[in-house]
Amino acid sequence: MKNALGSPESVALVGGTSQIGLAICRELALGGRLRRVVLAGRPGERLDAAARDVGGWVVGDVRTVDFDAASTAGHDDAVAEIFEAGDQDVVVLAFGVLGAPDGMLDDPDQAVHVAEVNYVASVSMGLRVAASLRRQGHGTLVVLSSVAAERGRASNFVYGSSKAGLDTFAQGLGDRLVGTGVRVIVVRPGFVRTRMTDGLPEVPLACDAEDVGRAVAHALRTGQSTVWVPAVLRAVMSGLRHLPRPVFRRLPV
Amino acid sequence: MWADVETSELTGWGRTAPSAASVGTPSSTDQLLDAVRCAPSRGVVARGLGRSYGDPAQNAGGLVLETTGLDRITAFDPAAATVTAQSGVSIGRLLSVLADHGLFVPVTPGTRAVTLGGAIAADVHGKNHHRDGSIGRHLERMTILLADGSRRVVGPGPDADPELFWATLGGMGLTGIVLDATVRALRIAIPWMSVDTRRAGNLDELLAALDDADQRRYSVAWVDCLTTGRSAGRGVVTSGDHAAVEEAREWRRRSSPDPDPAARLTTPGWVPPGLLNRWTVAAFNEAWFRHAPRRRTGERQAPSSFFHPLDGVAGWNGLYGRAGLVQYQCVVPDVSTLRDVLTGLRSARTPTFLAVLKKFGPGNPGPLSFPRPGWTLALDIPASVDGLAALLDRLDTRVAEAGGSVYLAKDSRMRPELVPTFYPRLDEWHALRDRVDPHRLWQSDLSRRLSL
Repeated sequence: MKNALGSPESVALVGGTSQIGLAICRELALGGRLRRVVLAGRPGERLDAAARDVGGWVVGDVRTVDFDAASTAGHDDAVAEIFEAGDQDVVVLAFGVLGAPDGMLDDPDQAVHVAEVNYVASVSMGLRVAASLRRQGHGTLVVLSSVAAERGRASNFVYGSSKAGLDTFAQGLGDRLVGTGVRVIVVRPGFVRTRMTDGLPEVPLACDAEDVGRAVAHALRTGQSTVWVPAVLRAVMSGLRHLPRPVFRRLPV
Repeated sequence: MWADVETSELTGWGRTAPSAASVGTPSSTDQLLDAVRCAPSRGVVARGLGRSYGDPAQNAGGLVLETTGLDRITAFDPAAATVTAQSGVSIGRLLSVLADHGLFVPVTPGTRAVTLGGAIAADVHGKNHHRDGSIGRHLERMTILLADGSRRVVGPGPDADPELFWATLGGMGLTGIVLDATVRALRIAIPWMSVDTRRAGNLDELLAALDDADQRRYSVAWVDCLTTGRSAGRGVVTSGDHAAVEEAREWRRRSSPDPDPAARLTTPGWVPPGLLNRWTVAAFNEAWFRHAPRRRTGERQAPSSFFHPLDGVAGWNGLYGRAGLVQYQCVVPDVSTLRDVLTGLRSARTPTFLAVLKKFGPGNPGPLSFPRPGWTLALDIPASVDGLAALLDRLDTRVAEAGGSVYLAKDSRMRPELVPTFYPRLDEWHALRDRVDPHRLWQSDLSRRLSL
C-alpha cells in the first residue's frame, strides 16, 4: 500500500526502459518503502539492463514482463502478468515514440505508428490497468503526457496530437475514477534531455528525467493530479495557448 | 441474505491515502454475520467512527463493516458499576449514560467520538494511564466474532481464553470483530473536574512539573516543538481529578455541565493551502503558551473541555488541506531519547502545534498494546511538509534503538521492518492470529502496508 506520505511499496513501469519512467521509479525508491518493481517492455538487453539498474535501488523483487505497446492483442496478458505478483500501488505508462521530427508529411505510416503507440496503446493499457486498480480498490496511474499536447506545432504535430489525445483521455479517466480509490496523475513535461530527444535542438526550460521523477513523487504525496515539469510551464503554456496562430507559428519553440 | 453495501472511498482521520471498499453498516448482529459469511477475497475489517489517523479501518477492494449501527447498551448495573454495550456505541454515548448514575468511563482518549470496538482494537489510553492503565484493564469480558463465524466470549481470566482477549486489545481489528464488551465504570462524586494548570519555561521544568502532576489521576503536558534556545521544550502541564463534593460547594455551582455538548465551531469546507505553516503555528503556540496561567489550582472545568477540547471544533482535520495530516505518536523509555526526538522535530522546523507529552505507567499483557513505561509524545504534522518522510524515519530509528515504540492506531507511514522491533512480541500475536484466522479473513490497508 502507498503510505500517507506517498511512498509506494510496489511500482509497475509500462515501457520498462523509459528513462523518465526509470527516473520516477528511482525517486520513489528513495521513500524507502519500495519492495516490488515490475518493468514491462520488449524483452532484450535494454530491459535486462534496466532491471539490473532498478535492482541496485530497490531491496526486493524486481521482475520483467513481456510487453509490446504496438500489439494491443497482447495487452491483456501483459496486465495479468503485471498484477500477478500482487497489488500495484503505482503504475506508470511511460512508453511512447517521438517519430522523425520533420519527415512526417511524407511518411504517413510512421505517423500512424506514433499515433498507435502514444495514443491507441495508451488507451488500451490505461483502461486495462484502471480495471485492475479498481479491483484492488487503490492505486495511482501515472500517465506521461507532454507539453506538446497543449497546442499543435508545425515541427511535431503528429507526436503532439497523439499526446493531446492521451492527455484528454487521462484527464477524463481520472475524473471517471473519482471515488474508486484510484487516482490518475497527468504529467506534462517540457523538453526532457533523454535518449528520445538526443540530437534535437534544446529549447528553453529544458529539464532532466530526474526532475520529472521528483515532480511525480511530490504529486503522489500531495494528491496533485496535473504535473507540469518544470512547474513554471503551467504559466508559460497558459500564455502561449492564447497567442494568435500566426504569432505562435513564428515562435522559436 | 443481507447485502446492503455500497462502494465508497475511505480514509482515516488524517485524510491521507484513500482507498475504496464495499462499505456496509449492519443494523443487527445477524446482518453483520451475513455480511462476513460472504466476504470477498480481500477480506473484511470493522470500522467505527474513523478516528484512527491512518489506514487500519480501510480495506481496499474488500469489505468494510461500520459498527455504528450496533450501538445498543445491552446491560447496565449501576450498583455494580458495570455496563455491557455493543461495539458500535461511542465513548460519548457511554459517558452520557453513565453520568446519570455518578459513573464515568474508566479510560477516555482525546475524543469522545470513538466507538467501544475501536477503543478496544487500539487499546486506547487517556490522561490517567500512569494510574489506571489503558482500556484493557477495565474490561470484564467481550464477545468476539471469529473468522469461522463462531462467537467467543473472552476475558482476562485463565478460563476465558485470555490470549485471544489480550491479542484483540491493540490487535487493530485483525483477530475478529468485537460484538460487545463489558466495562467496569469509575464512580465519581459530581460531574465536574478540578484542574491544575502550570506553565513551564523549558523542558526540564516541564518534566518536573509533569512528575508532580502525576499525583493527580489525570495529567498531560502540551509541549512547544518550535521554540529553540533556553525556552526549548517549554509547555503547559494540566492535571486534575474528578472534583469532590466539598470543592463543588466552593464553586457555588450555577449550572451542570452538558456531558455531550455539540461542537461549537466548524471548520470551513475550504482552507487556503499552506494555512498551517511554521509561522502561523509558531504564532499559535506563542499565544497558547502566554494564555496559560503560570500556576492555577482547583479550577472548575467540565469533563468535555478537560478531556475532549478538540471535539469542540467539528472536522478540525480539514484545516490541514488536501494533503491531510500525519500524527506521530511514540513512546520512549528515557528522557535522553525524548530530548533527541524533540530536537529532531525542532531542527526540521516542522509546523507542529499542540504536541502532547505524557508519562505512561506500566503496560498490559497485550502483545500489540502500545503503552509501556516511559514518555509518550504525540503530534500532528501537515503531510505536505517537505522532508517529513525522512524526518519521521529518522525519529523511528532513534525510538527503535532506545527500545521504544510507535502507535499503530496513529501510524500511516512506518517502515514495515520496524514493526517487530516496536512490538517485540509480534511473533506471539502472529501465532494467536494463525490459530483464530488461518485464512486471513480480517484484512485492512494497515495489515497490507505493514505485512501484519
